[in-house]
Amino acid sequence: MFYREVGQFKSTYAADMAVFPIRQDRIGILVLLAIAVVVLPLVSNDFVLTSILIPGLIFTLAAIGLNILTGYAGQISLGTGAFMGVGAYAAYKLANAFPEVNLLVWILCSGVFSAGIGVIFGLPSLRIKGLYLAVTTLAAQFFLEWCFVRMGWLTDYSSSGAIEAVRRTLFGLSISGPEADPLTRYFVVLGLVVFLTWITSNLVHGRIGRTWMMVRDMDIAAELMGVRLLPAKLLAFAVSSYLAGVAGAMMVFFWLGAAEPSAFGITLSFQVLFMVIIGGLGSLLGSWLGAAFIWALPVVIKFAPGLVGIDVPSARVEHVNSMIVGALIIFFLIVEPHGLARLWAVTKQKLRVWPFPW
Amino acid sequence: MDLLASIFLDPFVRMGTNPTFLVQVVWEGFVSGVLYALVALGFVLIYKASGVFNFAQGIMVVFAALTLVGLAEMGMPGWLALAAAVVAMLILAFGIEKLVLRPLVNQPDIILLMATIGLTRFLVGLGEMVFGGEPKVMITGALGIPTDVLRVPLFGKTLILKEIDITAAVVALAMVAFLAVFFARTKIGRALRAVADDHQAALSVGISLEKIWVIVWFAAGVVALVTGIMWGARSQVSFDLEIIALKALPVLILGGFTSVPGAIVGGLMIGIGEKVGEIYWGRLLGGGIESWLAYLIALGFLLFRPQGLFGEKIIERV
Repeated sequence: MFYREVGQFKSTYAADMAVFPIRQDRIGILVLLAIAVVVLPLVSNDFVLTSILIPGLIFTLAAIGLNILTGYAGQISLGTGAFMGVGAYAAYKLANAFPEVNLLVWILCSGVFSAGIGVIFGLPSLRIKGLYLAVTTLAAQFFLEWCFVRMGWLTDYSSSGAIEAVRRTLFGLSISGPEADPLTRYFVVLGLVVFLTWITSNLVHGRIGRTWMMVRDMDIAAELMGVRLLPAKLLAFAVSSYLAGVAGAMMVFFWLGAAEPSAFGITLSFQVLFMVIIGGLGSLLGSWLGAAFIWALPVVIKFAPGLVGIDVPSARVEHVNSMIVGALIIFFLIVEPHGLARLWAVTKQKLRVWPFPW
Repeated sequence: MDLLASIFLDPFVRMGTNPTFLVQVVWEGFVSGVLYALVALGFVLIYKASGVFNFAQGIMVVFAALTLVGLAEMGMPGWLALAAAVVAMLILAFGIEKLVLRPLVNQPDIILLMATIGLTRFLVGLGEMVFGGEPKVMITGALGIPTDVLRVPLFGKTLILKEIDITAAVVALAMVAFLAVFFARTKIGRALRAVADDHQAALSVGISLEKIWVIVWFAAGVVALVTGIMWGARSQVSFDLEIIALKALPVLILGGFTSVPGAIVGGLMIGIGEKVGEIYWGRLLGGGIESWLAYLIALGFLLFRPQGLFGEKIIERV
């Protein structure tokens, strides 16, 4: 079957504006979901699940969060790591304070707290723009990190200063804590991330998303067109921080199992920013691709020499890894500044006319 | 009431009763402020000439210092290692211009910012691979930097000044003066200012953008080397120094991205402000507020002047 939309007539406005207007895309997304639900769990062992798939999905959510703010609303933020931390600490406190409520409820609620913090730190965005704003979001990053270290209340005064995933079950299956099966955790994370992506997709394709894009393209013009900048920008901060917060909570409960304040440092913020830029600003697909690329690449580089039989000391691998990732980021920016999502769009266009491109 | 007193009264009482200590604190802040200003200066040079927000300035500081110390450890005499480090910075400037900047001309700010973050990752890997990741000791002796301690009597107590700090301040000020004269009086300086003003107009009167960019990155590299030497001599040469790049950011936004005097004034304000804040008010919050106080100071100023203290006024048109 060729990749064509010929013969697919649309008779309603809704069908015309659908997220996947072409039938092949709709089939494709279902096939991908089927692969994620059926094939991947069958072929992956625990290592692949815990060190590639689960973190990859969690980072996807964080990248979508940042993409809302930076890609759709045009406000550069370097504080994602801290907002993820707020979500993680909020989920930890809530889960410990109300153990009878299902953990998933608290994971989804934890984002509300990071959204609130995000709105507070988003307030300066009304006056401060561009790179200046990027630097002020660093204030959020460092202030919140300091709070995680200094406020013992956040960790229930644990001596190590770290938070740990509590043991919780869902329908009798253990989903969090030391004895949770990686496969179960994978399904929970997959479900949450797909669900939130779907919600976000509806958000950015609707009125709110268009408002954000107006603000991004030129906020003064948007204001003249009747967009109220204060709600628009703050909503972007809130939604973005919400997603980041949920991602942070999932990071502790379903992936790491325990986290220290340093886990939510500036490195994490940059990593998520890399994913967004490499994936493509202003594209949800880009967030998925970028997260997969940036997360999987170091793992691949780490194990590639071993596979072809070359023995390299691990410290050397770390250094080469850092160099290659850095060089690849520059390379990608040069080749395709609009990210992997644009690459996919170009491929799609080529596929449409294949095999007779003239 | 107690809280108010501990915020508005006690710190000033402590300042008044022990003025020597206050001078000591301000001096410490001044020296770190000077070094922040040097890092910020590197940013400003590059931002003015090429519009690139160079996040890699911090790692350039580390890289330059590492090259210097690493070469000296391999047995080079101090002055030769210094010359070699300068050459390394020149090569780096050429490489960045050819491989990173030129292909990315006309891209939006954030793409260029990301490219320099990528560059940071690359340089971290390269530096660790060539010179190893352990902290190294700066070769103060071979470079003739004094490391003694001066004790100055003041208000009946002694003020402790490290000679290395005095050297750092003097060298930094000399560097700034030199750059100011260089910008104002030489042909290259004029060309730099022209490029900063308007790339296309500069091109049309025959200024080579490529040459200017190499020069600017080289100048930033030399500033980084000086910063690295001074900072390395005060503590150690290691990748922890990279963090000072993050400290230089509030300095930048306070002073404005495009202003050399702004970088200096901003650096001193942040340096002194965060030291005084930490010593006199920090204990109220449990200490360690140095990590974010600078950002808060900068944020406060920005709310009133969104372009920084000395930045060019931002004019927006639809």
